Parts: sequence; C-alpha cells; structure tokens
Amino acid sequence: MKLQVSSRLAILAVLELATDPERQMSVSEIGVLYGVSAHHLAKVMHTLGRANLVRSIRGVGGGYSFSGNARRTTLLDIISLFEDISPGRDELDASTEASAAGEALKQVLDEIDDIARATLGAITIATMLKQMARQAGNPSGKPAAATA
Amino acid sequence: MTSRAKAGAAAEKPAPHRATQITVRKAEAGHLAHVIDLDARVTGVSKPDYWRDVFERYATRRTSERFFLIAEAISGPGERPVLGYIVGEVRAWEFGSAPCGWVFAFSVDPRTRLQGIGEGLFEAISEKFRQAGIRTMRTMVARSNALHMAFFRSEGMTAGPYIQLEKDLD
Repeated sequence: MKLQVSSRLAILAVLELATDPERQMSVSEIGVLYGVSAHHLAKVMHTLGRANLVRSIRGVGGGYSFSGNARRTTLLDIISLFEDISPGRDELDASTEASAAGEALKQVLDEIDDIARATLGAITIATMLKQMARQAGNPSGKPAAATA
Repeated sequence: MTSRAKAGAAAEKPAPHRATQITVRKAEAGHLAHVIDLDARVTGVSKPDYWRDVFERYATRRTSERFFLIAEAISGPGERPVLGYIVGEVRAWEFGSAPCGWVFAFSVDPRTRLQGIGEGLFEAISEKFRQAGIRTMRTMVARSNALHMAFFRSEGMTAGPYIQLEKDLD
C-alpha cells in the first residue's frame, strides 16, 4: 500500500516527537533526520498542529512537541488529515459498476480497502512506539530516512 | 459491542470498579457464573450452555495445552469478582500450521478496563503457551472490533500468514 508523502512524513514526525513528549524539535531538525525539505515538512507540521497532535513553541529554542494522546491516536487518524482512503468512486467506477466484471472487481478492491482501514485504524501511536522499542536492538537502529 | 449491549450498559450505569490487586489463575467451577455474566454484559448475548461446554473442555481436559484463565481482584475477604478471562489452546496442523497457541475468547469487565487486566491475562496465557513449547500465538478479530484489534496490536500481534475466508450458504 502506498501512502502519500505528506501522510508518511506526518506519521514519522509524530512518532519522532511522541518518543519523548517533553522534547522540542524544529522543522529543520526533523527534516534533516528524514532527508526532506523544511518547506514541505512545515506544511505537514501546520496540519498536525491544527489537529492538536503537535504543539508549536515559538522563539529561540522553540519547535514542535507532541501534544496528542498516543494511546488514542491511530495511524488512520493521522493519514485522514492528508488524504482520503475511504472507498471512493471515480468516473471509471461509475461507468463500469453496472457490468458483472466491474462489480466483481469493485468487491475485491473494497475488500482490500476494508482490511487496510481496519489495520490502520487499530494501530495507535503508542503501539508503534512499542514496536520501535522492540526493534531497538536491531543493527539499523532508527527507521530509515524517508525520501521526499 | 452490539447495540443491545450498548443499551443494556447505558441503562445499568454500573459504578466504576477500581481493582487494587489482580491475580490471574486457572478458572474453577465457581467462576463460571461470573464468566457467563461478564460475557452477557459485554456481548449482549447470554450463552450459558456454550460456556459450560468451554469450561468442561478447556478447564478440565488436556490442561497442559488448554488454558482457561480468569483475572480476579484481591480486594479483601469474601467473594472475589472475576474481572476478565482469556481462553486458548495449542492447535496443531490445522490449515497446515505447525503447533501454535490460539486465543479464541477474551474479555475484560468494561468497568475495570485500562488497569492492566487485559495485559495480565494476555501475558499469563502467553507464558502457558511458552511452557507448552509453543513459539507462535494467534487469534482472530472481527474487522469491526476496534477495541480487541487495538489491544492485540498493542501487545505486539501483527497480521499472520493466513487470511480468513467465508461464504454464505443459501
């Protein structure tokens, strides 16, 4: 499954900040960590701030810190801020659903979508942090940097 | 949770129960009524015959590979309420799978959630499976059951190599 870059950056940023809610990180620091432009990341962080998942602290030494509820915020909650992964219909759907082949294909794709949403909606930030902690012993250490 | 269960829970409005100390142990006959009651409150469906059968099969037979555990509050003299249960067994060669531990029933009293009871039950049955020589644990969760899905995920469970399929038989 491929998520939009903004969604993936948002999840990575939230996980980075949620690892230590007392810590503040600037957009530049997060950008360097994941090899992405501060400009793109700033838009992502602004959206996360409007959703009260991160808090912006202005001034010297400021940055962002995690302000959400790690046990209640799911990956789907974050993704939904940036893209719509609900089953949608486009022009091709409208013209093909009346056919047997179109209906059969729609059922398969809807099944995949349902599983994807159920999975993303069940994994909280706290669960991801636990998984990261379990992985902490592997030689690669932190997750690989995302590419813009 | 079914709408009936939601309506029942809303009408009942039970007082919150704060358990100070919990113990997890093998279910005994005296716990069965509490398990039946807890399941009925959570699911909205009373299944006494089902639970009597589960108790007979999983609490009294082949107990080295079948586990029916309950969590109870250590809250002083007198009856100790059952705050949760977990039931599972070692299954071998079903669906071509090497022996693994299956959890097929799990519930925690809604009034006492978020107190580590679920985690205690999960860890207890995990240890039972380890002692039985099992290294893989599985369960099945309804796609709509976000609560159980999130809990098992938080305990480190991930999607396994199987996909459950079904068909309506008309």
